[in-house]
Amino acid sequence: MFLIDCPYCGPRQQTEFHCHGEAHIARPKDPDAISDVEWADYLFNRSNTKGVFYERWVHNHGCRRWFNLARDTVSDRILAVYRMGEKPPRVKK
Amino acid sequence: MTQKFRLAEGGRINRDHPVQFQFDGATLHGYEGDTLASALLANGVHLVGRSFKYHRPRGILSAGAEESNALVQLREGPRTEPNMRSTMVALFDGLKAESQNRWPSLSFDVWSVNNLFSRFLPAGFYYKTFMWPASFWMTYEKVIRNAAGLGKGPLGRDPDRYEHRNQWCDVLVAGGGPAGLMAALAAGRAGARVILVDEQSEMGGSLLSGTGEVDGKPAADWVAEIMDELRSMEEVTILPRTSVSGYYDYNFLTLLERVTDHLDDEPDGKTPRQRFWQVRAKQVVLATGAIERPLTFLNNDRPGVMLAGAVRTYVNRYAVLPGLKAVIFTNNDSAYDTALDLRRAGASATVVDVRKAPRGALVEAARAAGIDIMDGKAIVKVNGGKRVTGVLIRELSEDGKTVTGGSQSIGCDLVAMSGGWNPTVHLFSQSRGKLRFDESLAAFVPDKSFADERSAGACNGSMKLLDCLTEGLKAGLAAARDAGFNVRKAPTAPKVDEAEEGGIMPIWVVPSGKRLGQGGKHFIDFQNDVTAADVSLSHREGYVSVEHLKRYTTMGMGTDQGKTSNVNALAIMADLQGVSVPEAGITTFRPPWALTGFGAIAGRNVGEFMDPARLTAMHDWHVEHGAKFEDVGQWKRPWYYPKPGESMADAVNRETLAARSAVAMVDASTLGKIDIQGPDAAEFLNRIYTNAWLKLPLGSCRYGLMLHEDGMVFDDGVTTRLAENRFLMTTTTGGAANVLTWLEEWLQTEWPEMKVYCTSVTEQWATVSVSGPYARHVVGSLTDYDKLGPKDLPFMTMAEMDIAGIPARVYRISFTGELAFEVNVPRRQGLALWRAIWEAGQKYGITPYGTEAMHVLRAEKGFIIVGQETDGTVTPMDMGMDWIVSKKKGDFIGRRSFAREDTARDDRKQLVGLYTEDDPHHVLVEGQQLVAEVKPTPPMKMVGHVTSAYFSSNVGRSIALAVVEGGRERMGETLYAPRLEGGRPVKVTITDPVFFDKEGVRARG
Amino acid sequence: MAKYSVFSLVRNALSYHENWQRAWRSPDPKPEYDILVIGGGGHGLATAHYLAKEHGINNVAVIEKGWLGGGNTARNTTIVRSNYLWDESAAIYEHSLKLWEGLSQDLNFNVMFSQRGVMNLAHNLHDWRELNRRVHAIRLNGVDSEILSAAQVKAEAPILNVSPDSRYPIIGASMQRRGGTARHDAVAWGYARAADQRGVDIIQNCEVTGFVINNGRVEGVETTRGPIKAKRVGVAVAGHSSVLADMAGFRMPVESNPLQALVSDPIKPVLDCVVMSSAVHVYISQSDRGEFVIGAGSDLHVSYSQRGSFEIIEGIMGALCELVPMVSRMKMMRQWGGVVDVTPDRSPIVGKTPVEGLFINCGWGTGGFKGTPGSGHAFAATLAAGEPNDMAGPFSLDRFRTGFLIDEAGAAAVAH
Repeated sequence: MFLIDCPYCGPRQQTEFHCHGEAHIARPKDPDAISDVEWADYLFNRSNTKGVFYERWVHNHGCRRWFNLARDTVSDRILAVYRMGEKPPRVKK
Repeated sequence: MTQKFRLAEGGRINRDHPVQFQFDGATLHGYEGDTLASALLANGVHLVGRSFKYHRPRGILSAGAEESNALVQLREGPRTEPNMRSTMVALFDGLKAESQNRWPSLSFDVWSVNNLFSRFLPAGFYYKTFMWPASFWMTYEKVIRNAAGLGKGPLGRDPDRYEHRNQWCDVLVAGGGPAGLMAALAAGRAGARVILVDEQSEMGGSLLSGTGEVDGKPAADWVAEIMDELRSMEEVTILPRTSVSGYYDYNFLTLLERVTDHLDDEPDGKTPRQRFWQVRAKQVVLATGAIERPLTFLNNDRPGVMLAGAVRTYVNRYAVLPGLKAVIFTNNDSAYDTALDLRRAGASATVVDVRKAPRGALVEAARAAGIDIMDGKAIVKVNGGKRVTGVLIRELSEDGKTVTGGSQSIGCDLVAMSGGWNPTVHLFSQSRGKLRFDESLAAFVPDKSFADERSAGACNGSMKLLDCLTEGLKAGLAAARDAGFNVRKAPTAPKVDEAEEGGIMPIWVVPSGKRLGQGGKHFIDFQNDVTAADVSLSHREGYVSVEHLKRYTTMGMGTDQGKTSNVNALAIMADLQGVSVPEAGITTFRPPWALTGFGAIAGRNVGEFMDPARLTAMHDWHVEHGAKFEDVGQWKRPWYYPKPGESMADAVNRETLAARSAVAMVDASTLGKIDIQGPDAAEFLNRIYTNAWLKLPLGSCRYGLMLHEDGMVFDDGVTTRLAENRFLMTTTTGGAANVLTWLEEWLQTEWPEMKVYCTSVTEQWATVSVSGPYARHVVGSLTDYDKLGPKDLPFMTMAEMDIAGIPARVYRISFTGELAFEVNVPRRQGLALWRAIWEAGQKYGITPYGTEAMHVLRAEKGFIIVGQETDGTVTPMDMGMDWIVSKKKGDFIGRRSFAREDTARDDRKQLVGLYTEDDPHHVLVEGQQLVAEVKPTPPMKMVGHVTSAYFSSNVGRSIALAVVEGGRERMGETLYAPRLEGGRPVKVTITDPVFFDKEGVRARG
Repeated sequence: MAKYSVFSLVRNALSYHENWQRAWRSPDPKPEYDILVIGGGGHGLATAHYLAKEHGINNVAVIEKGWLGGGNTARNTTIVRSNYLWDESAAIYEHSLKLWEGLSQDLNFNVMFSQRGVMNLAHNLHDWRELNRRVHAIRLNGVDSEILSAAQVKAEAPILNVSPDSRYPIIGASMQRRGGTARHDAVAWGYARAADQRGVDIIQNCEVTGFVINNGRVEGVETTRGPIKAKRVGVAVAGHSSVLADMAGFRMPVESNPLQALVSDPIKPVLDCVVMSSAVHVYISQSDRGEFVIGAGSDLHVSYSQRGSFEIIEGIMGALCELVPMVSRMKMMRQWGGVVDVTPDRSPIVGKTPVEGLFINCGWGTGGFKGTPGSGHAFAATLAAGEPNDMAGPFSLDRFRTGFLIDEAGAAAVAH
């Protein structure tokens, strides 16, 4: 069970959080302008990286704020925690 | 009171407190402080169980957690528990234990016939047979199943109570032996919050098993002093009888504390039987000791063959002599301590040492004590069935691979064996630490840590007492420092006087002079009857990967999870492959360290606390009025209110008729309610819902559909504009939490620039919906009637007013299609409101109705229920709700997906109504599939299914909603609904999904 | 190679089992194969077996980075069933179930397929409606399934708590009697042995490090044991599909999540069928060794560590003790995790990739074990022909573009 350092509340048990998958997938600005293939890529395709992965979590039994984690999906080590809108930090495994 | 093998003095048992217990019906005696195993041995009982596969007689192997043989069925009735290690069961007065896996008795077990045929039952034999005839596996399986299993499961509900405790600490010390005690002392003196855990009934570990001194006093006295100091420290928690069951990521550890298991009294219902701790530790010190390895020799499984260290524990800690005439079989020095202790206790002892001319100080001491030492020799066979009667000994070759010369027979009743020691690296490994193989110990030891953890003492490969004490001290100090504590006055390691030990001679299979598998068995995994020959077979057949070895032979799969067998099997496999042990690999150590009760893991989250029910403010009224309830999400909702003698159908018919002919009321409090505020609230709704929201007038309500980005419906509800920048959204009962998360997701991750704030207010409101021709009369009698008129409160609007003196929001919305008022008041006044409406409605015959009637009423109107008509694969167009999909407002969530090839098809499954053709009273089954063409046998092409089906009193016949491929173009067409029970499929006609008041005038009235 | 039978067992017993041959060879990789299958789990090995057996293609290699069957084949709860809602799913899973029914004989390896029945419980009216929908659909697809009342549930599995006072009472169940369990490791070994007998090279400890792709066409792979050429390459690596796809330069609609399971200590038989309850997330059966095999849930985060969060285990325990009260005094003996490859519609992907000659079989999520024979069979046909067969067709990667999803997850939504 992870210990997640919520950027708003500090370290809390994983049980207080919910993971919502890959971060930094922007909704296409003009969905009509893109092909079905591109739309499907936005809808369904995920990097699913083995290694450093950027993902969204929400502190749903806490401040209810969303934020991002950089996590090594092999060691499960959390390498960085950053707020929505912030650029993903460069991290090393 | 005969405890024939109890020593006259010594031991840590309480001789003032004798205890009576039963084993297989025989009444025996022991003392408080005994384990079941030590008490059995004190009574001379060695035959304790039968093995899993061959049903061989088995005795007590160890004195601790690693026990693989001596498992018993403990207690009786609903408190019975199978597979309890007798070495870990504290003896209490009246304890009852039974041996397992035998029939009819332990001494005469019919299944031991397996042993006679064991030659035909090598590892994996079942993969090669039982295939003919093909249909017979189930028959074979039944026999195999009955032979397998060990103990018997308890029956019925567990009468005991379990608790959870969540805790954090600076330093968790796992193991209360010399290293652990020093670590706890060092960290404790530094002021750290320490949790010290040991699975034994008292701290001290190996110090309690020996006879040595620490700091010039008996080791046990030294332990007592340390414990006194630890107990005096406020921040130190001491947990005996507690196992660290799992070491998970981020230093999250689970502990199982056995609170009352050692007491003869059953728990009083207040004290938990066990406590399951979940601890987050800043630092962990592992001081888990070491487990002795058995030697692998012929018939090494006979009762009376024990681990040498365990024998020593029984002699010194429990004052029990496990045998009078002992042979000690060893490849290292540590077993000489056992020989000396046995001798001192009055038994005879002969040492058989595989090493030629061993020279350690202990060896010399043994020699000086007159103990016969047969060096360079090996036990080639153990004689005896249900108890050791003797051993055969032969000369061992230099390389340990063969035996030579004649055999010498020695009569004995005890064989104490030692194949060296394996550091207990389980928790270290669970924490993702990496192991390395230490040649001098011939064992795996911790190498690189992954977690914030340190190993100290024997589990770190340091087998000498002084090293244990010193390492424990260092680890405790370092852990405290890393947890942020300034260590000012560090304790010093106590002095000990220890003998210098000689080296170990690894020998993984002791030759018997015959080929492996002939003339008897060399056991590796005692519980699962895995032998050296099995490992050899596994190798021969190509199951060489350590995981294949384990899975093919079942080595390490028993309740002990291979604590005494893993390394032996691995080393034999390495030998066979001609590689080093580490090259052969090591199996993964997985949690839990020891069997951990499900009840303890569940804690108090059982029964009503499993998932506490959500109840509305009016719940008690519903109960009083005989409501039957339906689970909707976590809510309990009234399903229908049967009157005495009424069937469900009667009640529902009455309720639905009342709603259309008079007036009826329903508790609608469970609908999700989200308060949405902010300057961008309207624009936000515009993006979230499929229809337009910017121009919704103040005080108006609008129905909305929410889609996922794939274009599929996932929730619906009515949203009301309370103010320019404030809306109240309602959601489905089950979907409320998901919708809130969904809204927040978009607001916080995609459109952070939008100023919108969402708050769940589901629990803040109680809602009573009043429907029917007299709805206005009833509600109007509780307020200014005129305010409810069609002008002041037109359909799909909301007004604030007092109802029965309670400030309320009254919504003119309708899920029944009737004139309806949905009255919302603060939750605490919900019951008062409900009662007021109930009273006011009496003269109109007001009828409370439940979810079933609600569903019938809405189905009569063709209103969908998300999750019933929809299933995550349905678009608004599929539901015939094109009218709610704005073509003008621009983009919204899910819109783009409509253009995809499959989603754009016009022959998708569409919402339709169905009438049964032959019998208007026949109600279809919800979920029943529809076919256009009936075939004599399946498969049949399905064109849709029934989503809702009811008898409608108001329509006067049965009605159904369904989704049907291209359904809207098939009005009037006949379909068939085949029945599970067979017979003629039900003929149905496709019809419009609105069955009642198609023009919708009643709700607007 | 010697056939396994009771006679060979007896014969070998007389020679103290010293004459058994290897179950499969351990060859070095050849420079080139007609078809290369990446992934030596159940699906990959089954693919190789059917390529050789059904399509006569035996210049085939299966390469596996670790030990055979070491991924999800070794980490599941061994449940086999074909009670799926949608026609496309029913077709492939029922095909699979039929293959299961003759698998031990086909492979001459006892995979202990035990048709002890799989029961899916309903706890509320929504469950009940969906269960009816499924059972009706399953039956019309020609697959066995029946509906049981709560009393019948109790008769099938007396240890279940069917009290109406339970927090989420059991109101009934569906039962697929032809469903059951099988010995998971044996499936990998049996396929490996059978494929090997037909000349397939099974190469363990051989990890793919890259693809050789020219003009959009795959020509082979780079591995830790050197380059291997192949005319067609099939990827069957479950949780690692995205990693391989990434090497080949395309993206997948797959997430790899930890899925946990656990077993209790062994006891004498008390539960003869498989019991599943999706409403309270409990899956339980009793193995032939006597252990309760219990499926816990899946975490929602991506992880390749084969470790899930303890909260998942803790989370099911209350429900488990409520559903099967006797387990309260039983004990967790071992817990473990696997990496499941989950698609948006919870249905597998079997077919072409954007790289010509490169095919993929993945996304079986939590349903991979039961699908093993059907998956291998359909994938073999696809690899042999270079085109998906009828069974694989609907499970194309392209469905995520068209929207033709086979949504086995959607129907689980609860709302009122």
